[in-house]
Amino acid sequence: MKYIDEFRDGELARGLARTIAAEADPDRTYRLMEFCGGHTHAIYRYGVQDLMPANVRFVHGPGCPVCVLPMARIDQAIAMAVEHGVTLCTYGDLMRVPASERNSLLKAKAGGADIRMIYSTQDALAIARQAPERQVVLFAIGFETTTPPTAVALKVARAERLKNFAVFCNHVLTPPALATILASGGEGGVQLDGILGPSHVSIVIGSRPYEFVPQTFGKPVVIAGFEPLDVMQSALMLIRQINAGQSSVENQYIRAVNRDGNPKAQALMTEVFSPRETFEWRGLGFLPASALRIADAYTEFDAEQRFAVAPSSGREIKGCECPSVLRGVMEPTDCKLFGTVCTPENPMGACMVSSEGACAAYWSYGRFRAPASPSAVGADVGSGVAATLAAPANLPAASAPTRRNSAVSA
Amino acid sequence: MAAPLNPSLTEGQCAERSSASVSASAPAARRFAGRLDLKRGAIDMSHGSGGRAMAQLIDELFRVHLDNPLLAQGNDQALFRPPPGRLVTSTDGHVISPLFFPGGDIGALAVHGTVNDVAMAGARPLYLTASFILEEGLPLADLERIVSSMGAAAHAAGVQVIAGDTKVVERGKGDGCFISTTGIGVVPDGIQISGDLARPGDAILVSGSMGDHGVAILSKRENLGFETEIVSDCQALNDLVAVMITAVPSIHCLRDPTRGGLATTLNELALQSQVGMQIQEPLIPVRPEVSAACELLGLDPLYVANEGKLIAICPGDQAEALLAVMRAHPKGRDAAIIGQVVEDAHHFVQMETAFGGSRIVDWLAGEQLPRIC
Repeated sequence: MKYIDEFRDGELARGLARTIAAEADPDRTYRLMEFCGGHTHAIYRYGVQDLMPANVRFVHGPGCPVCVLPMARIDQAIAMAVEHGVTLCTYGDLMRVPASERNSLLKAKAGGADIRMIYSTQDALAIARQAPERQVVLFAIGFETTTPPTAVALKVARAERLKNFAVFCNHVLTPPALATILASGGEGGVQLDGILGPSHVSIVIGSRPYEFVPQTFGKPVVIAGFEPLDVMQSALMLIRQINAGQSSVENQYIRAVNRDGNPKAQALMTEVFSPRETFEWRGLGFLPASALRIADAYTEFDAEQRFAVAPSSGREIKGCECPSVLRGVMEPTDCKLFGTVCTPENPMGACMVSSEGACAAYWSYGRFRAPASPSAVGADVGSGVAATLAAPANLPAASAPTRRNSAVSA
Repeated sequence: MAAPLNPSLTEGQCAERSSASVSASAPAARRFAGRLDLKRGAIDMSHGSGGRAMAQLIDELFRVHLDNPLLAQGNDQALFRPPPGRLVTSTDGHVISPLFFPGGDIGALAVHGTVNDVAMAGARPLYLTASFILEEGLPLADLERIVSSMGAAAHAAGVQVIAGDTKVVERGKGDGCFISTTGIGVVPDGIQISGDLARPGDAILVSGSMGDHGVAILSKRENLGFETEIVSDCQALNDLVAVMITAVPSIHCLRDPTRGGLATTLNELALQSQVGMQIQEPLIPVRPEVSAACELLGLDPLYVANEGKLIAICPGDQAEALLAVMRAHPKGRDAAIIGQVVEDAHHFVQMETAFGGSRIVDWLAGEQLPRIC
């Protein structure tokens, strides 16, 4: 598959693995947080950790939109469908996320609520057009990546005077979450040496919003694509910065990201949404200015205004360590529920639901490993196969050159 | 449950059940006011009421496409003498949306699904029974297309539909047409194929590319505005199985990776046989179009359904011989050896990725595609 296979090439991976093994200092550890669920998924699906030396570890970040959505918001969505009888349109991953009282959208649907799985915001608009007698609510979630399509849906709804369409807005912003995690380092928080920064989010907002990381926290950031070679190359770039005692925002994902992002998408977001004073993140608590609400000009399409529902406390299931896993403080296997009562078939926490969630990825792709010991040590490469095959680290042209966005040295 | 089709007996007896037997009596005994309007007509509740409308539907539609001597006995049951050997039976309910898809339809699928389940014991499938649940409003033209396709699929696979039943449910209580089929077949002496017989050292083969059916269905689902050249692999595999067991009678396991795809089926076999499996990602055949569609949708082709492919597990030293006969058959042209059975107390299926790492290939959790077979 063109433009895909190039970034999954095993020979290139082995070459890159050798370079990483050669450059990683055996006398120290490198704790690299991959911010996004997309990175987590790639690391597990392709076995990237196998190709890393033992002292280079990936720490999973909070960048799975399904995982960070607090239970209370799912309770509210269910209440809209059940109490107000709306047609609730949702992305598939959300269907199985646990709500309060062992409920979920899937169970509410089985109980008679009109809940539809959609693939895009356009599907929700189409449902609203086809059923003018129904109130149709789009359960909008996601980071800056999925926010512009929701903005477009709202603009279309207003232009078409689609009175039976509304949006339940749960869009959140990545920089505040990253700041919270970095600020918690040292006090029960996670110690990090570098950040693999969001890729698709950065297509929209650019890499500039992450420049506070080196400036304030002295940690390097590499905006990293979601293919496995992207992840490996980004890890190498971080290791080089760390070895050189530098910290800056670098961009590995230059085939899609630049420093300033997509101004049209940003303008759309600014027009249609306003920042919320505060918003709850699962695992991180209430973070100021970390989420978006629907702007006043579009308030008639705000489901929270149109369909009042009682607030929910959204109590987590006892023993579920999703909050700690989301902050990178715990590995999935540190949770007592992992693999015992909590499995993808019967998830207790959101991290076990989404294929981007750390627990689900760990369960599906890597649970046969000992929790904390990849086989390789020092300069040797993780897998026997990788160690025996030699290949030069000549990456595909599209991803080989790297460019610094800013050069803020620590 | 099936009612006799002599209208004088059927009416009154079965009106409440809304039930009809397809095993019809001689058409010469029937006289209907006019023929079924197969172009513009639609199923209504009377077609399941046991009355003349039902009898006419059976005569003018089902019998026309599924006719054979056992069906023509016209009783509530088909009477036949079992052939010598061990009998196998399997049953499968078929619900699919859309009813017609690239490469097949629910009628062909209902035949192939059960024929393949029977054949996966190494059996020669002989007979099918079919139970139809029709939704009020289903166009008769659609029903005829489905039943005609069923007849053609049965004929091609060398099986006969020898008994049947029809129910009609109110509009909104079905999805056009559901078909359940049950199959009967006979296993040749000397063949012992079962999901619990995989042994460490055995080779794992697949008969062709993975994921074609699921992607073909997805491409036609109305909420995905998405076109591909992929057609479903929906086909009967009993002829392929026949040449395989003739060439390599020591095959240990056969299974068709339908719902849940290759990944889930290998996990089923690993658990049943109390073994592990080690497969190689680069050896698994997946069409580039399927791969691309899955990429776009965030799906994994290893979990996407197939309806005309099989997994075979045989002693390692027989693998090349088995591969050769599979590749010589048109339905196994793209067959490949994809890995081997290993000892593993956890019964994991592990895969060496094309990228050079390794990972677990787990059971499918939840639904990857809603209602595909």
